[in-house]
Amino acid sequence: MLLSLAAATVRFGGRPVLDTVDLDVAEHEVVCVLGPSGSGKSTLLRAVAGLQPLDSGRVLLDGRDQAGVPAHRRGVGLMFQDHQLFPQRDVGGNVAFGLRMHGVPKGGRDAEVGQLLELVGLPGAAGRAVAGLSGGEQQRVALARALAPRPRLLMLDEPLGQLDRSLRERLVVELRELFGRLGTTVLAVTHDQGEAFALADRVVVMRDGRIAQSGTPLEVWQRPADEFVARFLGFDNVVPATVADTAADTPWGKLPVPDGSPQGGRPLLVRPAGVRLVASDEGLPCTVTARTFKGTHVTVHLRPRDGGPRLEAACALRDAPEAGAEVGVEFDVAEIVVLG
Amino acid sequence: MALPVAFFAVFFAWPVAAIVARGLKVDGVWQFGRMADVVTQPDIRHVLWFTTWQALASTALTLLLALPAAYVFARLDFPGRQLLRAVVTVPFVLPTVVVGTAFLALVGRGGLLDDLWGVRLDTTVWAILLAHVFFNYAVVVRTVGGLWAQLDPRQEQAARMLGASALRAWRKVTLPALAPAVAAAALMVFLFTFTSFGVVQILGGPTFSTLEVEIYRQTSEVFDLSTAAVLTLVQFVAVGAILAVHAWTVRRRETALRLVDPKVTARRPRGAGQWALLAGVLVTIALLLVLPLAVLVQRSLDAPGFGYYRALTDADGGTFLVAPLHAVWTSLEYAVAATAVAVLIGGLAAAALARRDAGRLMRGFDALLMLPLGVSAVTVGFGFLISLDKPPLDLRQSWILVPLAQALVGAPFVVRTMLPVLRAVDGRLREAAAVLGASPWRVWREVDLPLVRRALLIAAGFAFAVSLGEFGATVFIARPDNPTLPVAVARLLSRPGDLNYGQAMALSTILMVVCAAALLVLERLRTDRTGEF
Repeated sequence: MLLSLAAATVRFGGRPVLDTVDLDVAEHEVVCVLGPSGSGKSTLLRAVAGLQPLDSGRVLLDGRDQAGVPAHRRGVGLMFQDHQLFPQRDVGGNVAFGLRMHGVPKGGRDAEVGQLLELVGLPGAAGRAVAGLSGGEQQRVALARALAPRPRLLMLDEPLGQLDRSLRERLVVELRELFGRLGTTVLAVTHDQGEAFALADRVVVMRDGRIAQSGTPLEVWQRPADEFVARFLGFDNVVPATVADTAADTPWGKLPVPDGSPQGGRPLLVRPAGVRLVASDEGLPCTVTARTFKGTHVTVHLRPRDGGPRLEAACALRDAPEAGAEVGVEFDVAEIVVLG
Repeated sequence: MALPVAFFAVFFAWPVAAIVARGLKVDGVWQFGRMADVVTQPDIRHVLWFTTWQALASTALTLLLALPAAYVFARLDFPGRQLLRAVVTVPFVLPTVVVGTAFLALVGRGGLLDDLWGVRLDTTVWAILLAHVFFNYAVVVRTVGGLWAQLDPRQEQAARMLGASALRAWRKVTLPALAPAVAAAALMVFLFTFTSFGVVQILGGPTFSTLEVEIYRQTSEVFDLSTAAVLTLVQFVAVGAILAVHAWTVRRRETALRLVDPKVTARRPRGAGQWALLAGVLVTIALLLVLPLAVLVQRSLDAPGFGYYRALTDADGGTFLVAPLHAVWTSLEYAVAATAVAVLIGGLAAAALARRDAGRLMRGFDALLMLPLGVSAVTVGFGFLISLDKPPLDLRQSWILVPLAQALVGAPFVVRTMLPVLRAVDGRLREAAAVLGASPWRVWREVDLPLVRRALLIAAGFAFAVSLGEFGATVFIARPDNPTLPVAVARLLSRPGDLNYGQAMALSTILMVVCAAALLVLERLRTDRTGEF
């Protein structure tokens, strides 16, 4: 393992911000830590970088314990959330900084800086002032600067957090390609699930300093470990249920569940795509309270007529009923997950 | 950290303690009864009373005249604003001796007002009050105006949108935000005027005497050391109290204000009210700040063919062992040495104080560093003479004594200027450098130093100006054959005759030009984040 955290714990004023976290990152792997703000994900990066001492537990790089190794000797790169470019240096000076610290002679530095700027899509920008860069350009310079000293592990803190949506989507693809090409090992943190799923080989969901779930994007998306993960991923159709065999008792009536689901009293998730709208005299009778346009589909907000928690359904634009319409609801067993 | 602490212990705490002990210890026994005796003497009580009320009056008058200017400089945009801001600051770095001399030339015997209308103010308290306003105008404009320019006007606009009238919005939103800055500025002015020495020494005549002047008189003329020691303690306590309140207001000011770039808050004056205010401020500056300096220059040129200036090159006047002009070089040499010491000591102290993990003890030291600003410079000077006179530290014959005393007064300015800038350096920039492989020393050199270089230069400039103008301590320890400029001016003024008077004017003009030149260079370097002065 390139990076291992063993029971890593950090406390701020007695409160654990990082609570006995175990995490392994293999060589060439891209791991994305996902969590709401305050879940401890930035602290995790700072602990690995050596900027935040551990209260207990260990950080190992290439199997070697990093206790007592200062930040500048760990050989890891960190790209800060708001980039933290050096304001008094130009673009080239920023990118070359790490190379200078590692004693690369000037000639080699200049060539390297040119290559890196080309790599991040800013060829010939070495002489530009940092203050004059747009947000996206700053992000690229920060990336080039972090890559320059060839860190064995590159860490990214909310790498695309401050950029606008279209730029973010484009850069996610570019980063993914770039890391694949360079074979870089990456540990990134973000609160944006779309970013995490697009970027990572493996997603780690954090909650209150602990790891709530770890798996490939597909696994996490399809089988959220618990109600917290499901809600964090944006699923709101979560209700308490009692599961027996392949049926579950819920406030929405009796719902089918997949074979082999865990039994007993558990939360149950119905993905919006599994909420089918039918004629008003069939299934669970509901009133449409609102609909929101989502581009590829429409989210229809439903209130069951006989009470019970509200529901969200995803449907095609032309099928979407108006607010106030009376509809029936049926559930698709393929989109139902019994949570842990 | 150890070096600044040692410096202040050896060159500040010890001399002050030594002189207090010398005054209050008779045959090895402390005579605390002396304290009650001294402070109940009618003439001493008169001095205490005068010191306090003239400081209060000076502060009130300064606020009255300078607050409109703070508004004008913060919120109005007019041609020449930058230059005028520099002009306003010149008096603050001028030596008190020059200020005194300039007002003497304006309102004193044979001064401009005397010539024109036969009006003389040098026998009244007004001369002192006006000189204090002249001197401290910039403190209020800088401290209050600096914050005012950075207050977000949208806060006031938000209050207007919620139904407040213009006046009410100002009173409820802007005024509370400004209040701590006004209080801090008022306390600084009170501190400077409470401990005023040079101005009162020159303009006060026999009638008016502040604590500091009285301490000087008791030590150097009456040779009553115990009275001087008691007065020093009284001043020490008063200054300590003022500084404690000041530290408290500063801390309040540092919290919870959203600040914006001052460039975006100023706009062209609109309406009769704003134009009238601008005109009023300009007239005040012309009459109060520019006129005395102009008169000073004019008086110095009063003799045909630069006579007074040429007389300065002549050692035959008998006032000194050397030509008065020699004092210029002495002063410059001392000031350079003092600046180096002040920047070293103050810079180290500021760096230690700026660390995020600086504890309560450190913050206490922060306040202590301000003490030399207020504690009787006369005491420090005299304390130097009696405490640094035996091995291992016998510096009486050493030229370094004067720069050391001056550095003591300059170091607090360095700390005050550097500290906000050092604290404003984003800690994550340092972390970014560390992660890229920079060792702690490298981080300081590559990240901190480039960011604070300007502040460092400004701090050095202030220390230089303060050293040039230092009078209270230098007057004791400067050797007769090596007077500094302020000492030479004071000595010339104390002698009768037109030639001495004219030479004092000429020497003051030279000192003013040097200080003003240093300041104008600084003004070009100034950033908006640099400190309170």
